[in-house]
Amino acid sequence: MPSSQIEQRKAVALISGGLDSMLAAKVIKDQGVHVEGINFYTGFCVEGHTHAIRKKDKRKEKRNNALWTAEQLGIKLHIIDISEQYKDIVINPKHGYGQNLNPCLDCKIFMVNQAQAWAWMEENDFDFIITGEVVGQRPKSQRADTMPIIAKESGAEDRLLRPLCAKNLPPTLPEREGWVDRERLYDFHGRNRKPQIELAHQLGFDDFAQPAGGCCFLTDESYSRKLADLWQARGERRYELDDILLLKIGRHIRPNERFKIMVSREEGENNFLEGYRKEFTNIRILSHPGPLALVDGTPNDEDLALAARIVARYSQGRAEDTVEVQIDKMDGEVRLLQIAPLLADDIPKAWFI
Amino acid sequence: MNSPSQKQQVHQLNAQRLLCPIPVIRTQDKIKTLNKGDLLEVLCTDPGTLQDIPTWCRINGHHVVDTQQEDRLIKIIIKVGQIAP
Repeated sequence: MPSSQIEQRKAVALISGGLDSMLAAKVIKDQGVHVEGINFYTGFCVEGHTHAIRKKDKRKEKRNNALWTAEQLGIKLHIIDISEQYKDIVINPKHGYGQNLNPCLDCKIFMVNQAQAWAWMEENDFDFIITGEVVGQRPKSQRADTMPIIAKESGAEDRLLRPLCAKNLPPTLPEREGWVDRERLYDFHGRNRKPQIELAHQLGFDDFAQPAGGCCFLTDESYSRKLADLWQARGERRYELDDILLLKIGRHIRPNERFKIMVSREEGENNFLEGYRKEFTNIRILSHPGPLALVDGTPNDEDLALAARIVARYSQGRAEDTVEVQIDKMDGEVRLLQIAPLLADDIPKAWFI
Repeated sequence: MNSPSQKQQVHQLNAQRLLCPIPVIRTQDKIKTLNKGDLLEVLCTDPGTLQDIPTWCRINGHHVVDTQQEDRLIKIIIKVGQIAP
């Protein structure tokens, strides 16, 4: 058959914005396969939110690495909001959590599975799925014994190709059918990043993102602690998108089981928390420049006075005998107080979540 | 797709207070419902959109006609290119 009549195969690549998924897509694209990218928004994505919020990060380039990667590769990128469906993965991971509240194995199965990449592939008449996974790279999801689980439970079976470590795995359908040349795939394994970095340079990439711990807040110990605290305080494992955004912002201080306060650390966070003032009891320092704080829970009057003293500690009036504070309660009541700011030593470390 | 006789439509999308990548996702989903040549005005407050929405447009074949910024309000005007089938 003349080469012009050979059907060009189509692959959908899971693009996280990191180096590995970029390399995987590039390796397959270079074999003449039409590649388009999918990026999933879970609500826990590291990039975006925090850079947009914090003023100290204003000078940082606020690029979205998945979009940037797609542009470097010259492929289309489809961003899919899975934040609602993703809750079940975070709350009830069948395969458990990693070191923190990261359900990496369930997450990967979910992203590849029939409801996500697989369905997209079928709907858009694509032939196979590519990921940047490498055997042995991640303790939970990228192991020789868990990779077949992802292929099987996702429903993708042998239409799931991992170009960076394909030679360590049985040949998949795209390899067996000759849609891709297995000899031009790789046998990377383990946590050593050197082969990927060398390949990146070979392929002409000098600039690439390598987020430590991946692109997900759930791999972050401090973030996971705040999420666990939220669930414990509510008495149930449940969250809304606003909850998980707020966990990324400010100092979170819980003096007792009835309430916690979220205290902004700078102007950008202050502006962001302003948007939530109608949804929380909130505390502002009137007499001095200072942070805005949201109060979450069911504090009593004594708790609110303590919260005000904590917030005052982070204002420019921290060294004064008293400062003036305004508390706007959820029921509409506005309270003006003169209170003594707490000293740094008066706030036990155990209160910081 | 628009025929030459069809009038160019101007549409609006309010993505204020939303943080990236949500404004990009909303833009993507809105454009799927529009015709080639239509204009979409996206209102945002996340400064990340200044980078992300033009990048998304470039890789998906749409054209940013104008970007305006006043205080914290950002307006990005997009001319819709070819819609994928």
